[in-house]
Amino acid sequence: MNDMAAVQGQEPVQVCLLAGKIMLQSGAETYRVEDTMTRMADALGLSGSHSYVTPTGIVFQSGETESAKLIRIVERTTDLQKVSAVNDISRKLHSGDITAAEAHALLREIESEKHAYPMPLQMAAAALSSGCFTLMFRGQAEDFLPGLLCGGVGFAAYLLFHRLVKVKFFAEFTAALIIGLLATGFVQISLGRDLDKIIIGSVMPLVPGLLITNAVRDLMAGHLVSGLSRGAEAFLTAFAIGAGIAVVFTLI
Amino acid sequence: MYILVHLLISFIASGAFGILFNAPKRTLLQCGLSGMLGWLVYILLEPRMESVFSTVAATFLVGVLSQLFARVYKKPVIIFSVAGIIPLVPGGLAYDAMRRFVENEYNLAVELAAKAFLLSGSIAIGLVLSEVLGQLLIRRIPRQTRKRTAKP
Repeated sequence: MNDMAAVQGQEPVQVCLLAGKIMLQSGAETYRVEDTMTRMADALGLSGSHSYVTPTGIVFQSGETESAKLIRIVERTTDLQKVSAVNDISRKLHSGDITAAEAHALLREIESEKHAYPMPLQMAAAALSSGCFTLMFRGQAEDFLPGLLCGGVGFAAYLLFHRLVKVKFFAEFTAALIIGLLATGFVQISLGRDLDKIIIGSVMPLVPGLLITNAVRDLMAGHLVSGLSRGAEAFLTAFAIGAGIAVVFTLI
Repeated sequence: MYILVHLLISFIASGAFGILFNAPKRTLLQCGLSGMLGWLVYILLEPRMESVFSTVAATFLVGVLSQLFARVYKKPVIIFSVAGIIPLVPGGLAYDAMRRFVENEYNLAVELAAKAFLLSGSIAIGLVLSEVLGQLLIRRIPRQTRKRTAKP
């Protein structure tokens, strides 16, 4: 058991690092991660700690004379449930409701948890929101169904390709391509009328809304490196979607 | 009637986005609500005013609501604000810009892209404004709900 073997002085550091890692992997803003880590360190009695967080890694130093610890972040998804759970633990730790060891155990539990919603439900949600967005962008009522179908299939394709190939750009590109082709097909068999509206609605689940917001919030909070790199990530996603749709337009 | 339909679909769309972002089950309703009210402000203002201004106003409301929800339900602000601003993201404009680029109409494309960029900027401004307002208010009204123990 790693838990038991942990040296007494090491555990608080590990708790902070684990909390930061989970939050960053789940799509929290960089400044919030740093804030939470510092608060937890304070609550655990590590005064004078410093953390430096970028979207791809965390450097944490527990005290002036301690050596710094580093964690590399490879996968980043969006899982607000985990962000909120870590937030709760940090709050409880701060108010003294739980000890460091309990917090560590809870964090490990959170880390190994799966997403809050099963994949079919996520696809259904993507489909539903696509259909609604088609209407919100002033589509006709008959565009709802094709928007719903394209959005659902597109998001499913994104999840599938992301699992097959670990390159996010490729998954987004392919999903956008499939959405474009499918929407064109639907309009051809006159199941929908307005091609533009259907495509816009269907790509909305892939649009990097969270990334853009986080990028700007990080920039405003003075985390220039994180803000710029998140902005680059958002731009790359937008570019992938645009390129996928562009290919469809050059084909027809 | 038009507004009612838009209220309903924006509520559903924002709530569904909450599911996509794995927001906790108990917050989905609030996610939908903030998205709905933001979109309501946007569609009411948009025909009369500049779209940049209406986006700022709508995101400001979304931000204020998210801060409120975050206080009441003790959850991070990001859960509510992200789902709320999703309807306001200029996806349509960005798409149009991309399409013009492919059709070799570069002038129009750059114009549309600039507009989309401005709108994303105004979303950010709205959010930051609401955050600043929230911080100012919190400094005035001391928090009673949260125990402040080991804070220097």
